Amino acid sequence: MSEIVRVENLVKYFPVQKSLLEQFFARKVDYVRAVDHVTFSIKRGEIFTLAGESGCGKTTTARVLIRLLQPTSGRIFFNDQDITQLKGERLRLLRRKMQMIFQDPYASLNPRMRIGDSIGHPLEIYGIARGGEKVKKVLEVLGKVGLTPPEQFINLYPLNLSGGQRQRVALARSIILEPEFMVADEPVSMIDVSLRTTIIELMLNFRKELGITYLFVTHDLAVAKYISDRIAIMYLGRIIELTDKKTLFNEPLHPYTQALLSAIPVPDPERRRKMIELKGEVPSAIHVPSGCRFHTRCPYAEKTCEEREPDLVPVTPDHLVACHLTRKK
Amino acid sequence: MLEVNSLTVDYLTRGGTIRAVDNVSFSLEKGETLGLAGESGSGKSTLGLSMIRLIPPPGRIVKGEIRIDEVNIVDLPESKMRVLRGRKVAYIFQDPMTSLNPVKKIGAHFVELIRTHEPDTKKEDALERTKKVLGLLGILPERMNDYPHQFSGGMRQRIMIGLGITLNPNLVIADEPTTALDVIVQAKILDLLENLRRVYGMALILISHDLSIILERCDRIIVLYAGNMVEYASSAELHKNPIHPYTQGLLRSIPNIELSDQRLSAIPGSPPNMLNPPKGCRFSPRCRHAEEKCSLMEPSLIDVGNNHFVKCFAADNEGAAVE
Repeated sequence: MSEIVRVENLVKYFPVQKSLLEQFFARKVDYVRAVDHVTFSIKRGEIFTLAGESGCGKTTTARVLIRLLQPTSGRIFFNDQDITQLKGERLRLLRRKMQMIFQDPYASLNPRMRIGDSIGHPLEIYGIARGGEKVKKVLEVLGKVGLTPPEQFINLYPLNLSGGQRQRVALARSIILEPEFMVADEPVSMIDVSLRTTIIELMLNFRKELGITYLFVTHDLAVAKYISDRIAIMYLGRIIELTDKKTLFNEPLHPYTQALLSAIPVPDPERRRKMIELKGEVPSAIHVPSGCRFHTRCPYAEKTCEEREPDLVPVTPDHLVACHLTRKK
Repeated sequence: MLEVNSLTVDYLTRGGTIRAVDNVSFSLEKGETLGLAGESGSGKSTLGLSMIRLIPPPGRIVKGEIRIDEVNIVDLPESKMRVLRGRKVAYIFQDPMTSLNPVKKIGAHFVELIRTHEPDTKKEDALERTKKVLGLLGILPERMNDYPHQFSGGMRQRIMIGLGITLNPNLVIADEPTTALDVIVQAKILDLLENLRRVYGMALILISHDLSIILERCDRIIVLYAGNMVEYASSAELHKNPIHPYTQGLLRSIPNIELSDQRLSAIPGSPPNMLNPPKGCRFSPRCRHAEEKCSLMEPSLIDVGNNHFVKCFAADNEGAAVE
């Protein structure tokens, strides 16, 4: 499988806002180290997941990757082309190939635009279709996302739709340009359980029918396990483990991954899991701990862990882990 | 300890009457954990809020009774209800940031609570009790002097739980207590609730849209759909033998990390508009097994044995109707 997206040493720091007085006295600016040297690549046709707790940098990574945010440093490749500094018309044309769906279907649709206009808008922006031809395409994608009969939905406003239906509209809008690559940032976390599966199945269908590659961003590892091919676990701006989902769930190697997996509720009253206790809470992304950033909470931490930051290295060719102690074992 | 009989709650809106809770009956023993599961708009929070009579207007209890230690609180005057809240029944809200006063120190929250309900308590004694509760929550006593914003989301939720249990209530209602939290913190909070329940022997009602949590943590479960109690059983029974098509659908739509090659399936359609709910069984338009009578007549709650109740005609063959 060829790769479609690659990021190398991606970094995104956000300066911390300070009052004028503080700026005057402060010797240096503090930064939130949201994404701190992240490297990975996504293969064509796969569903690659960035997972982790809130504040781990998964959403920022995704947004930098599709150039919604400018990286502090590092490089982004799309189809082997360096897109890190792409501007103007060329960036606009690139966006046609990369689409995104967001978490909140109540905020991602213009409440004053009819569903049909929202979905058809990208076609106008790129001068692909107008008038009758546009309507025809809109009806077609409405059918694809299961909003049937499409003639009925095209004139409705978002107000008339449920959360699940809105997310389908967002999905329809994102596929109408037939993109190669799509970022789905927590697309089901605000949707009722009974409707989630529909959205997930639609995404899986579009991969098969339209060949879309996905970057899926989620905090929900149960959903990640269901949908993904490979999963990268992030902690405080870094990827700490990256492998295919089967390996990740069967043989997690990083202590953080192990703890995270042990905390997921299992819908079975007779099966009580043993939770791995972690000390304290996630440290601030402004004052990141020295060495391995997980060492403050790691049950196995040793002296080296405080001193040296571990690199993300392969344990087997397809299983990457950033932990000093993994290699020892 | 708690007994709810034919509870019905309406919201009288300009667009019409919304029946948010429809004829719900159940009971709860001391030390038991009951889960209220359902999707948004199913009436689970309204049902929870009725137990402390804090249904926001224009909602009101139109029928039924709620007995807490034999006292029916539905008709209780507000002054008596105030005494009950906190002492007998506590409610833990979903969002700990909006439930704590941002300009008040954590210790002051506890002292105010204790001295409101027990005016004779000296401030020093109240502080002493606060320290004890914080200890149970795993929070250092010196953090009493911190403000809410100095705590993380998980810590704030612990404080909310602490405030809930300070007066040693018999019943604690936790409404989506971990929905805003990450899994590791979520597991810790749920463990904390479970431990406190054991230590204090209180009854717990856990409200959540997440059936995984409910199945894992509760003794008995009520599944709500559009204001109706569609199924009521022990969690083991519900897991092994779900009868209502809605419960079955819900169970089929939650991923389980312990299973490999799981196939999820969705429930077709959307939850109903509560201003104009479907006739007959409210789930019938989405039900795969719906027959003609389902959209004409409302099924009654049927006892299928094993303390398992189902509101569906399909259960007819298996048990006898109650009420």
